[in-house]
Amino acid sequence: MKIDVRLYATLARFAPSGSSGRTFEVELSEGSTLGDLIHFLQLPIDEVKLHFVNAVHQELDFPLQNGDEVGIFPPIGGG
Amino acid sequence: MWFVRIDMTNRSAAVSEAPAKYKYLAGRAMTSTLVADEVPPLCHPLGPSNKLVFAGGITTGTPAPTSARISVGAKSPLTGGIKEANAGSSWAADLAVMQIQALVVEGQPAEKGKYWGAYITYDGKPKVEFFDATEYTGKVLPEVFPKIYEKFGDKISICSIGTAGEFGYGNSGVVFNDLAKRPTRYSGRGGLGAVMGSKGLKFLVLNRENAPGVHIEDKALFDEGRKKMIDALRTHAITKPKGALNSYGTAVLINIMNEAGGLPTRNFSSGRFEGAPKIAGEAIFETNKERLGKELYNHACSPGCIIQCSNTYHKVDGSEHTSCIEYESDWSLGANCGIDNLDHVAELNALCNAYGLDTIETGVTIGVAMEAGVIPFGDGEAAIKLVHEIGKGTPQGRILGAGTETAGKVYGVKRVPTVKGQAMPAYEPRAVKGIGITYATSTMGADHTAGYTIAPEILGVMGKQDPLSNEGKAALSRAFQATTAFIDSCGHCLFIAFAILDIASGYQGMIDECNGVLGTKWTADDILKYGAEVLKKERAFNEAAGIPKEADRMPEFMLKEPLPPHNQVFDIPESALDSVYGEL
Ligand code: SF4
Repeated sequence: MKIDVRLYATLARFAPSGSSGRTFEVELSEGSTLGDLIHFLQLPIDEVKLHFVNAVHQELDFPLQNGDEVGIFPPIGGG
Repeated sequence: MWFVRIDMTNRSAAVSEAPAKYKYLAGRAMTSTLVADEVPPLCHPLGPSNKLVFAGGITTGTPAPTSARISVGAKSPLTGGIKEANAGSSWAADLAVMQIQALVVEGQPAEKGKYWGAYITYDGKPKVEFFDATEYTGKVLPEVFPKIYEKFGDKISICSIGTAGEFGYGNSGVVFNDLAKRPTRYSGRGGLGAVMGSKGLKFLVLNRENAPGVHIEDKALFDEGRKKMIDALRTHAITKPKGALNSYGTAVLINIMNEAGGLPTRNFSSGRFEGAPKIAGEAIFETNKERLGKELYNHACSPGCIIQCSNTYHKVDGSEHTSCIEYESDWSLGANCGIDNLDHVAELNALCNAYGLDTIETGVTIGVAMEAGVIPFGDGEAAIKLVHEIGKGTPQGRILGAGTETAGKVYGVKRVPTVKGQAMPAYEPRAVKGIGITYATSTMGADHTAGYTIAPEILGVMGKQDPLSNEGKAALSRAFQATTAFIDSCGHCLFIAFAILDIASGYQGMIDECNGVLGTKWTADDILKYGAEVLKKERAFNEAAGIPKEADRMPEFMLKEPLPPHNQVFDIPESALDSVYGEL
């Protein structure tokens, strides 16, 4: 299945373009979870804090489906 | 401690011992108490009976980190209710080391069109002299500030207003200098610049020379607290050096709010903006890197800040364009207007700072004007022209300068995102329910800082809560509003909350610092009570000013129009909204 992924802030260095927020496609085997995707992308797990699937925050055991949009962030804050 | 009262009716000043009954009051607790005690709730905000009050927080002027904050209070011309607007500046620390607990500006001169400055020095006690400031009016602030430094020397701090305040706009801030002497740090919200202008006051200049410093009752306890606070700020991922705030500034939130479907776009008609990554904090960082040939980390807005979240944005030729593009400004002047050109956003930000405008109110007003068809969504150049009109006081500029609600009425727009007359900030209430409760119920009108439930609802600070759920959100907003009223009084920047809400010893550090300064024995319960007392006073003022609990409501379009991508409306029941203050 195909997943649309966006990586942000310091995690952007793991994206193919190196750009924050630019969408890229990842091919995963059926039944993969959000945690599997993070493992596949080789993101350092202690740098990963917030993960959205289709605009809703989900935990790492969340099962992904073909066409899902995923956005991943390190810890951030502002106001 | 001193009370300095400046009466602009006859340009006289009175310096007296601070009243004993106000002993433990500082920051927002001080300004709101004084406004509640001395300003007639039904007075005209721009008339002689309103008072403009300045107070640093409990730890302001001490070596406590990130504590140079000033509260400015008055009856607001924008909301008609009580207002406290907070900024970081050396001005705050200077007021505190002169041991001025409150600086109160009252009265009004009979003569129109003349402006004055007050120069405050310390010689055994604070001393006030007046100077004619009319020649500095009608100009942009970056032109005026250097002249005041030239006149009084490098060691001073400056508080002022721009043309927006001179014109009496509901959208006008009070501005303070940053560490590079720029006129950029704003107590922006609620039209307090107009209150200062209505009194014929253009400047409050402080010179801290010979000031005695802040008296600390229990130095050992204070130092212990300070150390805990420093440890928390230096270790938390959001506040540590080269952490999120220091690297990307507050505008790092653009992308996450967009990803969460809660970034208000094109006058609150969508929660997603396709241009978000182009204007986000990461884009500011990358653009600076490209234009300067090196990475640029953020700076402190005020002395002693170790978080250092304030950015500067640079032009193609590497010269400085503006400081600071905050998340709120980036959003209001960017996504909310459909503008995805960072150079346009930067210019709009620079103009707000130059004319003395609140960036949130400005961007939301332009969004409403775009909705009315005055200019198209996304047209940055046309938006720049509109802000010039506001700053120059043309007939159309005056309509827009009056604020979002007035502009909405004049142009016949029904999607007007305000509560109690104040424009909503950068979080969409239909996608993040708790912050909507804060907007609806805050004594300040729509205000995110009054109870920042975004921390648990979006950022995973202090646990993680579902932003789309209504459950427990009234209690959450109430707890945040009370805690915030204390933080706004303690002198620290609200951004310490990211660290101390996650790190318990940091929270205790804040309490220890305050107990150390004041000689009190407050517990965590006591500071919540302190915050709740502040809220109750503000609420009572608003009720007496004719703002009933029925004003704690969202604009109708948010109850009726589902917002993409979540396609939800704001569905918090009125009883839950009423319970926020009903059960305080
Ligand atoms: S954290 Fe940012 S806004 Fe707060 S005092 Fe420091 S530089 Fe100023």
